[in-house]
Amino acid sequence: MQFFLEVLVGGLFAGVMYSMVALGFVLVYKASGVFNFAQGSMVLFAALTYVSLVERGFSVLAALLSTLVTMLILAVLIERVVLRRLVNRSQMTLFMATLGVSFVIEGLAQTVWGAQVHGLDLGISDEPFTVAGILLSQFDLFAAATAALLVFVLALLFNRTRTGLALRAVADDPLAALGLGIHLPRIWTIVWAVAGVVSLVAGLLWGARTGVQFSLSLIVLKALPVLIIGGFSSVSGTILAGLIVGSTEKLAEVYLGSLVNGGIEAWFPYVLALLFLLVRPSGLFGEPSVARV
Amino acid sequence: MQYREVGQFRTSYAEQARVFRFGEERVLVALLLVLAFAVVPFVADDYWFSAILIPFLVLSLAGLGLNILTGYAGQLSLGSAAFMAVGAFAAYNFQLRVPGLPLLASFLLGGLTAAAIGVLFGLPSLRIKGFYLIVSTLAAQFFVQWALTKFSWFSNDNPSGVITAPKLSILGQDFSSPAGRYLISLGVVAIMTWFACNLLRRQTGRRFMAVRDMDTAAAVIGIPILRTKLLAFALSSFYCGIAGVLWAFAYLGTVEPHGLDLNRSFQVLFIIIIGGLGSISGAFLGAAFIVFIPILLDHLAGSVLEGVLNPGNLENAQKIVFGMLILFFLIKEPEGLARLAQLARAKFKARPLTPT
Repeated sequence: MQFFLEVLVGGLFAGVMYSMVALGFVLVYKASGVFNFAQGSMVLFAALTYVSLVERGFSVLAALLSTLVTMLILAVLIERVVLRRLVNRSQMTLFMATLGVSFVIEGLAQTVWGAQVHGLDLGISDEPFTVAGILLSQFDLFAAATAALLVFVLALLFNRTRTGLALRAVADDPLAALGLGIHLPRIWTIVWAVAGVVSLVAGLLWGARTGVQFSLSLIVLKALPVLIIGGFSSVSGTILAGLIVGSTEKLAEVYLGSLVNGGIEAWFPYVLALLFLLVRPSGLFGEPSVARV
Repeated sequence: MQYREVGQFRTSYAEQARVFRFGEERVLVALLLVLAFAVVPFVADDYWFSAILIPFLVLSLAGLGLNILTGYAGQLSLGSAAFMAVGAFAAYNFQLRVPGLPLLASFLLGGLTAAAIGVLFGLPSLRIKGFYLIVSTLAAQFFVQWALTKFSWFSNDNPSGVITAPKLSILGQDFSSPAGRYLISLGVVAIMTWFACNLLRRQTGRRFMAVRDMDTAAAVIGIPILRTKLLAFALSSFYCGIAGVLWAFAYLGTVEPHGLDLNRSFQVLFIIIIGGLGSISGAFLGAAFIVFIPILLDHLAGSVLEGVLNPGNLENAQKIVFGMLILFFLIKEPEGLARLAQLARAKFKARPLTPT
């Protein structure tokens, strides 16, 4: 039982980390209907930029600000160069465009900053300590708190500001929003910029945990099942799904994995997502769509 | 190169339905086949066979397979490499465990096994649509890769996980030389392309396209959605499976799951985006493009940009170039190289008048 709880808690914290990446997806999908495969490369790019700036003698604050500015510029560029030219194309086209974007970002990030592994120290210890017999680490708690704060800020942004209202209007019906005088390109830029900020936060946390390296962009593959279980358009669903995926994945690895040579973490979340989809085809909190001819 | 369709009348349905409806087209294709089968094996050297022609043929076939599923039937898949791996390993195991099985029969069985696995992972497609479906194909990708590396039975308990492909011999003829491997690939690809041409022009292909364009409407006019989608999955995986067999047996000469990972799936997807979604010639044009561009970049890096690009950067430069090409094609010519070729031909035909 003790062991079970420990695995469960570890999984839940891992799930929080997955949710952070999936959040960026949800934002972009909500406001522009784009399934943004480039989110993972944006996480890599943000973390790599930050780390490299710090290594070149920037103070933490200066590096953070410069990275933020970089992510904003990236958002503007993506909107100008890609999204604006693909207006009214099918969602599949847009998805494939983000694949292209992710290749460009990955290539650029490594050309500019090099491909070696960087350590990232946020000044928070990853030393485990025990609470009620369960191993916890300060870092896990910090990550969870950051995620909670992030969700809170995003909720405020979406529900309490004019911009948030505009974002939700665009998500609901782009044409009607356009008719009301909402400037679509501005909304897209904002939303990609926010996704950039989220990926910076995710990149810093993941980078501190695993080191900043190319494999960081692969966490997009971890975030995908989370996203799908949660439904593409729900922030709270994403968090819940992250917790589900994180905990079941670790439990399955420990209890089922040993039966079949281990390593089932690679595909288990996907099978789980499939099972969820068979019951609820648009995720836990996704809006069910009505098909018309 | 220039010919007109004027004055060629078709007097029966059979004539109307044939793949190449014009005399000139038939002559051109025949010439092309003669060139590929009878001339190329004598003029090309081993480098051309092993580094360019065979990978081009294999990737074309995989692209064709994915195009059936994604381009024609509209089901986005990120698992083509998994089905290739299934094909390769199944063919290897059939060859290994069934003594005396002819090589081509194990090719076929490999393809059929891939088709069965494809149908299995295609089953959720009835209930799950659009992006949610990539979960299913990604599950296939990761699961297959995992199963093939974790269970040593598939690789005949070979400790390194890398197995040498069996000798290529058909009816006592040895095809192990580069030219021989090229001929086998070419033969298989030619037959399967011809088959796909016929299939996709007829009812099956039209059903695929109806499902792609709007599956609700397709269901309303009486197209069996589940059967159509599963057929698309089966056909696509069959093609990918055979491509995988060729990849392992004819191209690499070894059977291993590592080269057939998610990146390979992306590569096949790029082939059909660049070549043209929903077009058979697109798969070939895209594959040619994707085989040539890295070689071209290599040469550029070696001559013009020497010193500017070190090998590490070259890989990144390739990534950037590919990413940009994809964006370029999606924005400027979403129907890919196949469409460009079509436009060019229309222009030639209308010369000196301007085409409308």
